[in-house]
Amino acid sequence: MGKKKEARYTILALIALAILVYFAQNNLDDYKLRILNISAIYVTLGVSLNLIFGFTGQFSLGHAGFMAIGAYVTTLLVLPPWYKEMIFIIKPLIWPFTIIQAPFLIALIISGIFAAGAALLIGLPVLRLKGDYLGIATLGFAEIIRIIANNIPQVTNGALGIKGIPEFTNLYWSVGVAIFTIYIVRGLISSSYGRALMAIRENEIAAEAIGVNLTYHKVMSFTLSAFFAGVAGGLFACLISTIDPKAFMFTMSYNILLVVVLGGMGSITGTVLAAFFYNFFLEYLRSVEAGFSIGPLTIPEIPGLRMVTFSILLLLVIIFRQQGLLGGWEFSWSRLINIIKKIFFHQRATEGGNG
Amino acid sequence: MLKIENLHVYFGGIHALKGINFDVPEGKIITLIGANGAGKSTTLRTICSLVKARNGKIKLKDEEITNIAPELIVKRGVALIPEGRKIFPNLTVRENLEIGAFIRSDREGITKDREWVCELFPRLKERLWQKGGTLSGGEQQMLAVARGLMSRPKLLMLDEPSLGLAPLLVKEIFEIIQRIHEEGITVLLVEQNAFAALKIADYAYVLETGRVVLQGTGQELLGNDQVKKAYLGE
Repeated sequence: MGKKKEARYTILALIALAILVYFAQNNLDDYKLRILNISAIYVTLGVSLNLIFGFTGQFSLGHAGFMAIGAYVTTLLVLPPWYKEMIFIIKPLIWPFTIIQAPFLIALIISGIFAAGAALLIGLPVLRLKGDYLGIATLGFAEIIRIIANNIPQVTNGALGIKGIPEFTNLYWSVGVAIFTIYIVRGLISSSYGRALMAIRENEIAAEAIGVNLTYHKVMSFTLSAFFAGVAGGLFACLISTIDPKAFMFTMSYNILLVVVLGGMGSITGTVLAAFFYNFFLEYLRSVEAGFSIGPLTIPEIPGLRMVTFSILLLLVIIFRQQGLLGGWEFSWSRLINIIKKIFFHQRATEGGNG
Repeated sequence: MLKIENLHVYFGGIHALKGINFDVPEGKIITLIGANGAGKSTTLRTICSLVKARNGKIKLKDEEITNIAPELIVKRGVALIPEGRKIFPNLTVRENLEIGAFIRSDREGITKDREWVCELFPRLKERLWQKGGTLSGGEQQMLAVARGLMSRPKLLMLDEPSLGLAPLLVKEIFEIIQRIHEEGITVLLVEQNAFAALKIADYAYVLETGRVVLQGTGQELLGNDQVKKAYLGE
């Protein structure tokens, strides 16, 4: 199947998705919308982490930090000045946030740029590290961001956090940003730039010997990844309408990492599926926490039991399917049609025996 | 083509190369032989700027290339096939070859060269869609050489291409090196398999603990008592 046909199918699918999103936004209740929004934000986060971790092979645990930067920048930009003056009670807000206000889209872009800037600054020294060491350094960075947020009340309102953020994020925004992220990352991966990233993941020495500039490619990949994490942070803030430093603990980075590993490192399709699966399943498991009975055995209400259940499930995936649900498999229409054909073919063969 | 003058390399406090001088004339096969730790691989890695030189000069066609960025050296037509077949195991053979042409942007030329290396290595052609990691050791070494050729080098440097290969495959690899040489590519070969290397080399240098201790044509060194004793096991 040609590229043109693939593109045509993709456009049709996007139109179908747009209609679906329209109906979902207008008909579903707040609870369901919240889950769908969070899932879409996780798609953005997961795909961006996949770029640096899955495709470039650089183990980063700093996503919560970039999200925090994005969340605070968006919040400070979208809130009206009079409201900010009112809520900053520990110390007054510093200039220029006291006077500026920006529309949501501009705020998101600026958030991304701030997160990317931070990534550029720490990426240059930190990306010289490899493997676990890089993971620890980026984790440290995320914690530093969180602790700074706790200690500069003139910008972040400290541990009190900021409440009453306008809830701009709806499905159009969250799904739109997710699709944009997938579009950019996918385009990047299939270019020669993306090949260079994969070469770095596979073998740094060989990549360098072939003429790939390691520092440049690693830092660019890291920066772009942080940009999307920053935008996702902004969406997140305007979805839950209240942020404080505790929202960006290392568990946040861990959750995103989990989505990437679950879906398959180096598979965008896998990340998308895993992001929805993770959030849906975690909600579904709430029923486990309420207490239930299996035959004569009654299990009382235990808070946190769903995380235990989920961890067991994750362990099983890691033991039996190390490459993640999809491994490096990537969706394309021709592959989908091939699978359908195979099933169809099979059915015909069992019916009549000819074909 | 390539001229090394008084090259010094340190790893921390260790003086790895202690003033090496040698020439690689255009269109020849030059080999560096020597025992483990003599500095052979370090020399190649320094030429590619993967290791930085403390002192001395590396000149390519009378232009100094000492310590410039590695990708600039690849762009000037120098390709290194690193030791131990560092192919990209999770990418297909085809992708491996395409990444080999990373610094080039001429689509047609790249396609043509892919056909050319497939002709040189018919076994790779059969396995274009297979993942690099699923190839046998010999095939991986061929892929590593093919990938190096995809940058269209004028000077090809091979680091221990026969390492860990069965004798029959070693012979095949050396035949391929000669064929590449016949295509007009200058070859700088580092080998522990001194006998095989000296047989195809126009000129050879013997390295010992960071110094050139002996040099001569391949034939001369094959007949040299010192070399025979130390490297050929006689």
